[in-house]
Amino acid sequence: MVPLSWYIVLSAVVFSIGVFGFLARRNLIIIFISIELMLNSVNISLAAFSHYLQSMKGQILVFFVITVAAAEAAIGLAILIAFYRNNPTVKVDEINLLKG
Amino acid sequence: MTTPQLFFAYFAVAIIGMSVLVVTRRNPVHSVLWMLVLFVHIAALYLFLNAEFLAAIQIIIYAGAILVLFLFVIMLLNLRKEEIEIKFQKQWPVGMGIGIVFIIFFVLIIGKITVIPPPGEYTVKFVQSEGSIMTIGKVLYTEYLLPFEIASLILLVAIIGAVVLAKKKIS
Repeated sequence: MVPLSWYIVLSAVVFSIGVFGFLARRNLIIIFISIELMLNSVNISLAAFSHYLQSMKGQILVFFVITVAAAEAAIGLAILIAFYRNNPTVKVDEINLLKG
Repeated sequence: MTTPQLFFAYFAVAIIGMSVLVVTRRNPVHSVLWMLVLFVHIAALYLFLNAEFLAAIQIIIYAGAILVLFLFVIMLLNLRKEEIEIKFQKQWPVGMGIGIVFIIFFVLIIGKITVIPPPGEYTVKFVQSEGSIMTIGKVLYTEYLLPFEIASLILLVAIIGAVVLAKKKIS
């Protein structure tokens, strides 16, 4: 029997790796990918709690998190494409048109 | 270590290793491909947790739709391998520090959770007798009907937004 705390620790470690990828990379695509990594770690945690508390609420919430993650990825990439037409770069430190 | 624990240990180590590989690759296509293998491992973890519908949805939507979208955008923008340029921002030690603080905090504090579950009604036996899809369907269409309809509205807004934003202006 796998203890619940193992799932929580795994979810926390993957979330921390996602946070590191979000804060430390220059490429916007990798930043979007780190957001998806963080959402997946939360999904693992929700499914684990749903199993160990014998409830269905965790799995339903995973369903909605996957839906919202898909919508957000689509719109984020559309914004990136729209921005790329004016200023052809994906490095975040070169996207500084609004800088004072 | 019992056999389920051994299998979980492989999946956990593989998921952590692959997520580190995802955020540190120079070539964004390599990152996306490691993320594909990562998603298949996470789907296997859902199978551990008696959630077959979630495992199928994970592979169909994440690996089949979102990753393909990422690959299309990478190839549309024609991103070359970042050969000479630096891949990390100049404040990456701050990011690493925050990540390590998160890990220490979660492992020391939350890793000691011992859950004494109150007997819920959706036990493993009950879910397995009816099937995971039927159980999720029953709960989703009765208790969570409003969030379900709102999720469909969210997807509609995402479709319209993506089409409008990425359309080329014909002058």
